[in-house]
Amino acid sequence: MSSPLQVPLDTPPKRRRARSVIPGFGLTMGLTLAWLSLIVLIPLSTVFVRSAGMGLQDFLAAGFSDRALAAYKVSFGTAFLAAVVNGVFGLLTAWVLVRYSFPGKRIVNALVDLPFALPTAVAGIALTAIYAGNGWVGQFLEPLGLKVAYTPLGIVAALIFIGLPFVVRSVEPILEDFGVELEEAALSLGARPWQVFLRVILPAILPALLTGFALAFARGVGEYGSVIFIAGNMPYKSEIAPLLIVTQLEQYDYAAATAIATVMLVASFAILLLINVVQAWSRRRMAA
Amino acid sequence: MTGFRTIRAWGVTALAAVSLASLAACSGGNDGKDGAAKIELLNVSYDPTRELYEAINPKFAAEWKAETGQDVTIKMSHGGSGKQARAVIDGLDADVATLALAYDTDEIAQRTQALPKTWQSRLPHNSSPYTSTIVFLVRHGNPKGIKDWNDLVKPGVAVITPNPKTSGGARWNFLAAWAYAEKAYGSDAAAEDFVRKLFANVPVLDSGARGSTTTFVERGIGDVLLAWENEAFLAQKELGKGKFDIVAPSLSILAEPPVALVDRNAERHGATKVANAYLKYLYTPEAQDIIAKNYYRPIDEAVAAKYAAVFPKIELVTVDGEFGGWQAAQKKFFSEGGVFDKIFAATKR
Repeated sequence: MSSPLQVPLDTPPKRRRARSVIPGFGLTMGLTLAWLSLIVLIPLSTVFVRSAGMGLQDFLAAGFSDRALAAYKVSFGTAFLAAVVNGVFGLLTAWVLVRYSFPGKRIVNALVDLPFALPTAVAGIALTAIYAGNGWVGQFLEPLGLKVAYTPLGIVAALIFIGLPFVVRSVEPILEDFGVELEEAALSLGARPWQVFLRVILPAILPALLTGFALAFARGVGEYGSVIFIAGNMPYKSEIAPLLIVTQLEQYDYAAATAIATVMLVASFAILLLINVVQAWSRRRMAA
Repeated sequence: MTGFRTIRAWGVTALAAVSLASLAACSGGNDGKDGAAKIELLNVSYDPTRELYEAINPKFAAEWKAETGQDVTIKMSHGGSGKQARAVIDGLDADVATLALAYDTDEIAQRTQALPKTWQSRLPHNSSPYTSTIVFLVRHGNPKGIKDWNDLVKPGVAVITPNPKTSGGARWNFLAAWAYAEKAYGSDAAAEDFVRKLFANVPVLDSGARGSTTTFVERGIGDVLLAWENEAFLAQKELGKGKFDIVAPSLSILAEPPVALVDRNAERHGATKVANAYLKYLYTPEAQDIIAKNYYRPIDEAVAAKYAAVFPKIELVTVDGEFGGWQAAQKKFFSEGGVFDKIFAATKR
């Protein structure tokens, strides 16, 4: 650096600016960690801290009581079912939105996002009004012996509503990139339509579909507002785990509430991790 | 190197700023003092009192203005009684707590020391400016012929009540049913069997009294709603005119929803004087009249006599007399592993 053509002092910043539009890695990473801590990690850690106050025996008794187990089953089961339904119909919706143009498409497109924006309690009350025995849909279903409101089926209905946009919005960009050429190639090589779907389209969109599924599932597991109105809330039958947590809190039993919350947190994290692994695997397989 | 340091300094500054901002957001509140021109009160109450306090607050504000020249704004917060108490425990800045049962206010006193444990003796009549009770609301014409508690355990009768674990009103429901069964069948075991059958007839367990009213009135679920007397009147008179009848059981419970000053918060806001006046105002004939008009049973005898025709005569037992007070009742029936948990563990699997 002793040459007469000295590099001006402002070169390094310039180089940095050339590399990235947002200020360097140190600052962004620092802020990211600080922000995540403030918004996610610190609040979540209080869950663990509060439940750590109780002994292991109390923790197990509260977190794995019969009633809590029944509530996990309802929560994870209905969320899974709803996510599966959303996987199928979300994919179909995304397909229609990407592949076809029709009058009112923009409105349909906006409708998909509505569950994101609507306060979930509003959704819950509206769904209950529709599916209750005297509601628009309920009055026709009930004579058929199909009770939706105040049963686990109602919970599934609410979670389908809540989770729909996740699948549609995850799959949509992939379908857009995908184009029709591969499909046409496959068809011209003699593949049947279902073969094209199973061998060409599905593998390509599977990672995105799994992402959407995971998001919808995670949202469903934690959903509270829309569900309590339609669930019936009967212990052992239609009581979701988040409601059980709230119930414990309202009895001033913070320890039991956090024990259940901790179990849910760990279970959800494990499931999401698993989905992530499957997703990574399917992405790798596709690349290969 | 300097670049990185500056960046780090920036990061630290930004963090500090964020935390300061969030701290500042947490504090704040009432700047008014007792002598100031304007003051705010926060009344944290339970679900069914919305209409009552909406009617009382402007009257009190006018009275207070005439007396002291000070403008008082009363903010309200409603929800399930237990949830409201928890909110106060967790820091909701209530100046007065007007909850559904003494147990919830006791919990605030015990867990925060924001008011003395003897709070209930500070105002007349166990700090309850009005009483209420639990009655049945049935569909018009009473198609299932429901007359008394023993009709609720019959097969094919759907009973709507909220969850006693989350709703103060539901705890009164439960205790009233228990008191009836104990009197009618003579033993604890028979009473437990009775409430087990009763809850086996419950198709929807809402978390609060208002939610149960909605389920029964709007959704058309159930044959009978166990409800606060005032909530039953409200449903009958306003939500569905002519669609519901009130049935008074032979025996029910005397509900005394108590009001209390939350000393620590009121002191911090400099609002002790006005908050106290607000609570005392509830005992004045003027407020008692509003109370009676909203279908709560007034404790002022003159006002009670005036509205005597409105309220059905029911034999009323008290929590203190029948169950040895709220702490004992809570422990026996509603705590973890108590009677309520037991009946559900037995019937719902």
